[in-house]
Amino acid sequence: MTELLVGTKKGLFALRGEPGGTFDIAARAFAGEPVEFAMRDPRTGRYYASVTSAFYGPKIFVTDDPAGEWEQADGATLPEGGDVALKRIWTIVPGEEDGLLYAGGDPGVLFESRDAGRSWELNMPFWEQPTRPDWNPGAGGMCLHSIATWPGDPSRLAMAISAVGVWLSDDAGRTWRHGNQGLVPRYIPEEEREADTITLCVHNLHRHPTSPERLFMQFHGGVYRSDDAGETWIDIGTDTGLPSDFGFPMVVDPDDPDNAYVIPLTADLDRVTPDGRVRVYETRDAGASWAARGDGLPGEDAYLTILRQAFGRSGAGSNMELYFGATSGDVFGSGDAGGTWFTAAKHLPPVYSVRVA
Amino acid sequence: MAVVRLRAPLSELAGGRRELELEGATVGEVLRALEREHPAVAGWILDERGQIREHINVFVNREYGREETAVGPDDRLHVLPAISGG
Repeated sequence: MTELLVGTKKGLFALRGEPGGTFDIAARAFAGEPVEFAMRDPRTGRYYASVTSAFYGPKIFVTDDPAGEWEQADGATLPEGGDVALKRIWTIVPGEEDGLLYAGGDPGVLFESRDAGRSWELNMPFWEQPTRPDWNPGAGGMCLHSIATWPGDPSRLAMAISAVGVWLSDDAGRTWRHGNQGLVPRYIPEEEREADTITLCVHNLHRHPTSPERLFMQFHGGVYRSDDAGETWIDIGTDTGLPSDFGFPMVVDPDDPDNAYVIPLTADLDRVTPDGRVRVYETRDAGASWAARGDGLPGEDAYLTILRQAFGRSGAGSNMELYFGATSGDVFGSGDAGGTWFTAAKHLPPVYSVRVA
Repeated sequence: MAVVRLRAPLSELAGGRRELELEGATVGEVLRALEREHPAVAGWILDERGQIREHINVFVNREYGREETAVGPDDRLHVLPAISGG
């Protein structure tokens, strides 16, 4: 039995089912509220959800049972008395020590919890970055959406912000530096690109768990790979078989550091699946080439939008399960690493995030 | 003391109380007093800046109030979610 956590514009849905079949709604929480992201920590089995009430602001909630009571976590706020308020929590990620979790949010902020998510503290070195006054948000806000830990080494972190690029730390977040070399922001006039080293709109970033020096990135116009832990980036989106190098979601296969998946959208001004066809693209050669994986997905007149966090996986290798949701309210799944696809759910509210519990 | 009226979910965060008497010379002070008395409310009405969240309305008697709006001991404050959304 597979459990999916689907964050939507109108609440969190816990779906349960078997690959190939329709998934049932096992639980719905936060009815009517936008649930930006939800995940289950495999170390503890505990569930986490970020909820951004239009009325009451962003909060993190924790539970051991998604159908039961959710408890609000403490501390996921910015310093009181300042001139900035927290807008949204975009991601929650298990850390590399017992009880350690990270959360990323808008405006470009990192939170840390050392008690399994009951309380959170703002990472002050990152909050106090001297260039922060010059940072600019992407269209979705100044979202810190990707946090890539280094398996077994809590000191090494990579994270990405739209539109403030990649940030790296070798001391558990006490100091931070850029990791942007090789990224080409085509949305900035060519003559100004060298001067602007900050306004880099990363859409997604994933580290490979067994080859942690390898990362994959979906950029705002561009797909990249790093083989040196995020210091430099190699273009793997140009003339490699993708219908578009614009998009948001991304998954990597834990079994194979050369294997990654993206779901391209047509362009930044037309954020729908290209040519009216829903297709996931897979590389098995570290981005030298990409192949469409669309067997079972809508193949015509389908103009879907798949958001940044709406693509998740479980398992690895040829039996890896993949799931993604669209703002249409459809959730699609594959039980064979993208070889074939099925519709797991229909008619949900617009899907913001999908993770396998 | 001013009387503050809350609806769910704020009343649930305030220990199930829909009406409370609180000290304060302004709307902001009264709401801070509410947070001190019921810490679970913190962050739900006022944000980190001390501002009333964008889609919450606070009425002092029948008038729309802001953080700095004066509050007297006989005033009634209503905290309501705005009629908004999609």
